[in-house]
Amino acid sequence: MAKPLLEFTDRGIYCAQGKFYIDPWKPVDDAVITHAHADHAYVGHKNYLAHHLSKEVLYYRLGEINLRTIEYGETVTKNGVQISMYPAGHVIGSAQIRVEYKGVVWVVSGDYKTDDDGISTPFEPVKCHHFISECTFGMPVYSWKPQSEIFTDVNNWWRSNVENGVATVIVGYSLGKAQRILQNLDLDIGKVYTHGVIENTNEALRRNGVILNPTERITSESSKEEVRKGIIIAPPSSVGTPWMRKFGPYSFGYCSGWMAIRGAKRRRAADRGFIMSDHADWNGLVSAIDATSCECVYLTHGYTASFTRYLNEIGFNAREVHTLYGGEEEDARVTEGEEVKETAPSGDVVKEDAP
Amino acid sequence: MKAFAQLFLSLDETNKTNEKVKVLKDYFTNVPDTDKMHMLALFTGRRPKRPVNSTLIRNWAIEASNIPQWLFEESYHVVGDLAETMSLLMPESQNSSSKTLTEWIAEINAQAARTEEERKLWLMESWAMLDRQERFVFNKLLTGSFRIGVSNNLVVKALADITGIEAPALTHRIMGSWMPEDYTYDQLIQEQNVADNISRPYPFFLAYPIQETSEKRKSAEEVGLALGDADQWQAEWKWDGIRAQMIKRGGEIFIWSRGEDLATEKFPELHPFLNALPDGTVLDGEILGFQNGLPMPFNILQTRIGRKNLSKKILTDSPVATIVYDCLEYAGEDIRSKTQSERREILEKLQNETGFSEVFRISSLIQFNSWEELEKTREQSRAMIAEGVMLKRKSATYQVGRRRGDWWKWKIDPLSVDAVMIYAQKGHGRRADLYTDYTFAVWDGDKLVPFAKAYSGLTDAEINKVDYFVKRNTLEKFGPVRTVKPELVFEIGFEGINKSTRHKSGIALRFPRILRWRHDKPKEEADTLDSLKDLLGENGG
Repeated sequence: MAKPLLEFTDRGIYCAQGKFYIDPWKPVDDAVITHAHADHAYVGHKNYLAHHLSKEVLYYRLGEINLRTIEYGETVTKNGVQISMYPAGHVIGSAQIRVEYKGVVWVVSGDYKTDDDGISTPFEPVKCHHFISECTFGMPVYSWKPQSEIFTDVNNWWRSNVENGVATVIVGYSLGKAQRILQNLDLDIGKVYTHGVIENTNEALRRNGVILNPTERITSESSKEEVRKGIIIAPPSSVGTPWMRKFGPYSFGYCSGWMAIRGAKRRRAADRGFIMSDHADWNGLVSAIDATSCECVYLTHGYTASFTRYLNEIGFNAREVHTLYGGEEEDARVTEGEEVKETAPSGDVVKEDAP
Repeated sequence: MKAFAQLFLSLDETNKTNEKVKVLKDYFTNVPDTDKMHMLALFTGRRPKRPVNSTLIRNWAIEASNIPQWLFEESYHVVGDLAETMSLLMPESQNSSSKTLTEWIAEINAQAARTEEERKLWLMESWAMLDRQERFVFNKLLTGSFRIGVSNNLVVKALADITGIEAPALTHRIMGSWMPEDYTYDQLIQEQNVADNISRPYPFFLAYPIQETSEKRKSAEEVGLALGDADQWQAEWKWDGIRAQMIKRGGEIFIWSRGEDLATEKFPELHPFLNALPDGTVLDGEILGFQNGLPMPFNILQTRIGRKNLSKKILTDSPVATIVYDCLEYAGEDIRSKTQSERREILEKLQNETGFSEVFRISSLIQFNSWEELEKTREQSRAMIAEGVMLKRKSATYQVGRRRGDWWKWKIDPLSVDAVMIYAQKGHGRRADLYTDYTFAVWDGDKLVPFAKAYSGLTDAEINKVDYFVKRNTLEKFGPVRTVKPELVFEIGFEGINKSTRHKSGIALRFPRILRWRHDKPKEEADTLDSLKDLLGENGG
């Protein structure tokens, strides 16, 4: 039997024919990157291939790397293997990697969501023989509400905080959630302030030509009274730090898919939990997998065991594989005490979504 | 029901006490009086009846969710709450309902008289007209596990603000046995006296702990600095039994446990002495296993608490007596505002007059002239089968709930042992989907023998680390239980140890909990079963 086109190795997903890895977690020569989150884009590879819109964020996060970027639908050929990218809808610049050789097609989803968040290029199903999928929220208890409903709640909460004279701090990952929040806030209520880590990411995206709503970086000069009338977007690592406490009294909202479960919400001890994820919910996962018409689906991270069993029961050919992905949303389950790394107000440390 | 569902959601949405009180007040001012009483009953632990079998509810929920049973079970492990799991798994409702909480509870109660088919039909229709949040509280009502992150104190505070009645009086009025069907809001807020309900207990006064850890103990000097002159205080042993309030009124007797359970029938040995008390007497004390004039370890009492029928054998093997330490009502008069010393005098008088002094005991006072002397006496706690000492200010009134200032408990260090974690299971509630429930083992030769389970004692940050370890070091899975690589060592504290025929290790611990994670100890240095068994002789039966 011939070797499969993609294999799971202890360095990452490997294509022997094309001699490249997809989202490897140990240093390799050629790495194809689905998106710029830290559990997918590691430092130390010789050559990187990623989507255009990931370019500046990758430079910002990984420093001087040897990076080539391409558009969605564009094809790169390596030793006869055709590599192309399709929108994954996870964050700005996130891509599914399509790999084809001698008529056999594999697709690596990276992380994805099927709902359009209005800022990341919407997910597109890609027909393939083999589909390597995440399943972070692969349990039927996870079912997302339409984004407009969530942001009605967010904006109402912000408005009432302003009326009550308390600051509003909304927490989400610096790449993805932060911009999604930013673009959906009702700017008639007030101004948007950002933590340094988030503003650095925003600036990288703006350099990349992404148009974002206006934001103001919080510095030591920022007036507490002015900030209180607006909203602060902060990364998870800032929760409970002196940096955040100095804006008190504040109400702090947490945006994550884990907020769907009451216990997880209570553990976070957030004033408000908004159920908002950049990953597909249960129905999103099942429909995305179905839309690929794949012969075999491989589940890399999330509730892999039960989701694999379920898919097999309803007629898919599913397998569980072990990878090191899943740092980004899984972090959200961790309670703060431990996770907090002292982040300078300038926000030069980019650590909040390390695995 | 919409208001009640919203109440739940709003309470979940804040961690601030003041906000919670505001939310409760909003609820009270916006719902009919009958809803207020139902809410009050639910929030103070008075569960509605459960007319529909919970296994059937579960099965119908699985049917309504259209998923395989195993996936329902897995979902339950992720969510950690049955009512919530069911509400998350069912499809969105198409209709809505404007029925009040009172109406829904009446419907639930009416199911008792229905057939199984009718119940199923009613349940399916009900689910289809409730939104997710309503469905969650509805399922909570049905499955009867109503635990809300709101203390009685907060509910009382909100009610006190609204009615203008003082919180201690309200706390008293919502004590005892009442159901929202027979206690109206008007009755609650009208002036009333004790005689209105002869079974009604007083709110318990609870001692505050003198905080100590195994590494940092309080010296007599520190205690003295905090509490002042030793002669302002009375000291008693801290007995390890069941806290109880014993009432004799109108020719009837009632025994209440601290959980506000009426436990009169559980302790027939106490009936003669209670019946012989003068009418209008309320005593506060501890019920313990007692034989030959000595208290017995708690586990002896434990064996009879759960029993429905008290057989002759149980009554012979584990007889009880009570050690009384306070008197709250005398000659029909509420004497809680008298001083500790005055109440003590009355108590001693009552005890002197009893013909049942073997059963009606009194907590003797420990004589001491200085805190140093008391500290030494405290060292004898274990020999006295006590958990430490109690300190009560001689001028203290009998207050409501846990209050700093006048009553302190000064417990002795727990016994402890270093053990290896070998199994882990996911927790519930705010620990859902995290491995938080662990089984610990000690060495028996070269084998690890499980001897205790513990759930509490680690910080959230430590729990996350252990959870991370469990997920990456699982050797086997048995349903929800994982066998993990034996590696992590913890110091397990406990209050007592007893022989057990039901456990493989041959011992059972009382109140085991994690004292700390021993990062410094390799698993080879954990304790042995023999060292645990050595403790048997000194500290239990």
